[in-house]
Amino acid sequence: MTDDLREYNFAYLDEETKRMIRRALLKALAIPGYQVPFASREMPMPYGWGTGGVQVTAACLVPEDRLKVIDQGADDTTNAVSIRSFFARTAGVATTERAAEATLIQTRHRIPETPLREGQILVYQVPIPEPLRFLEPRETETRRMHALEDYGLMHVKLYEDIARHGAISTAYAYPVKVAGRYVMDPSPIPKFDNPKLESAAIQLFGAGREQRIYAVPPYTQVVSLDFEDHPFEASKPDHPCALCGATDSYLDEVITDDAGARMFVCSDTDYCATRQAGGAA
Amino acid sequence: MESQSLTGGFSDPPVMSARAFRAALEAMARPGTIQRIEGAEAPAPLSPAAATLILTLCDGGTPLYLTPGYDSAEIRAWVTFHTGAPLVARDAARFAVGPWAALAPLADYAAGTADYPDRSATLIVECDALRSDGARLTGPGIRDAAHLALPEIAAFQANAARYPLGLDFFFTAGTQLAALPRTTQVEAG
Repeated sequence: MTDDLREYNFAYLDEETKRMIRRALLKALAIPGYQVPFASREMPMPYGWGTGGVQVTAACLVPEDRLKVIDQGADDTTNAVSIRSFFARTAGVATTERAAEATLIQTRHRIPETPLREGQILVYQVPIPEPLRFLEPRETETRRMHALEDYGLMHVKLYEDIARHGAISTAYAYPVKVAGRYVMDPSPIPKFDNPKLESAAIQLFGAGREQRIYAVPPYTQVVSLDFEDHPFEASKPDHPCALCGATDSYLDEVITDDAGARMFVCSDTDYCATRQAGGAA
Repeated sequence: MESQSLTGGFSDPPVMSARAFRAALEAMARPGTIQRIEGAEAPAPLSPAAATLILTLCDGGTPLYLTPGYDSAEIRAWVTFHTGAPLVARDAARFAVGPWAALAPLADYAAGTADYPDRSATLIVECDALRSDGARLTGPGIRDAAHLALPEIAAFQANAARYPLGLDFFFTAGTQLAALPRTTQVEAG
């Protein structure tokens, strides 16, 4: 297997495909939040496992990169381990689990707690790139709505949340407006992560099945949609992490036995492990 | 002439184009910053930076416009051999390369449509040198403000005013590369 993979091109994809993705990435950066169509390829993994993110990563990697892959904040889940080893084999890049040491981070549904810096690229795996899709199923219509900057329907949706539940109940994939123009789905990150979308790093989004690429350049205004009397709130479970004691990180609820015992632990395993090693608990 | 058109490509295309693209990605993500990009050698007057960019981004699916002064038999042969990009007029081009004065008028290039603003041309502007002074740049990708010497101001202001339509620009000189996407607000420095 390993020997066979060495026969593949650098970073798996052929050069013509990479050029096509690279052109889409440049236009995506030039029009922040706009979804650029691209000719997504079949990858050696099923749709839904990060084929969009993997193609963007493949088009961006250089041999000098140090790659980190996370799935819901964790470095050690099947998806993260598989993608990390895929690029270690096909691109020969170094890998790491430390967010601070990585030059390129591919993520499924989280932004690392450690603030990202210039020189880093964050690649998101995106299932449904169109923020308006569940409100309007027709692509022709949603494309027109973006063209006309017609986002009233999204505000109606958030308003209906308030009317039914007393608050905006959307907890993940919380819609944002990028650079004052395009409404964008930040991928299913918890809304706790939305403030981190304004970052020093380059953020690239790849949706393989839906064949879309979009981007947020560094230092770009990203506003979570809300109302004056119901302002956006980046919420998280109201507990400290049971392992490291952090009160500022996003937490997963873990069931620990059949009797309903539970604990809350950091979703970002690197952040939690670093704090534990430093004796923060 | 023939031998010149066959040489000057990437010696290791996957890796060299990957490094060149990262420079282009950083340039487009951080308007006004000057990156180093190299690897290709084309017939004069095409700079190594512009030649490398063309090898990294252009192929049979990207019509390319060569301005007067760049539309020579030598450059045509080099581009055709290395990329296969169709050489076309301004209005059909996805990419255009040449000095600022020869690239005008900008109104002839595709600026995208309201539905598909990405279907717009990218202009590679050949310069004598790139300097981090002059025009003041603000907008996405820029923390406070950046500075870049630009050939003029008004054209880039008019381009930004069309957002989300518009052209995107790379500036090249020697092995230097900078970029100016349509989102950047330009003021005289």
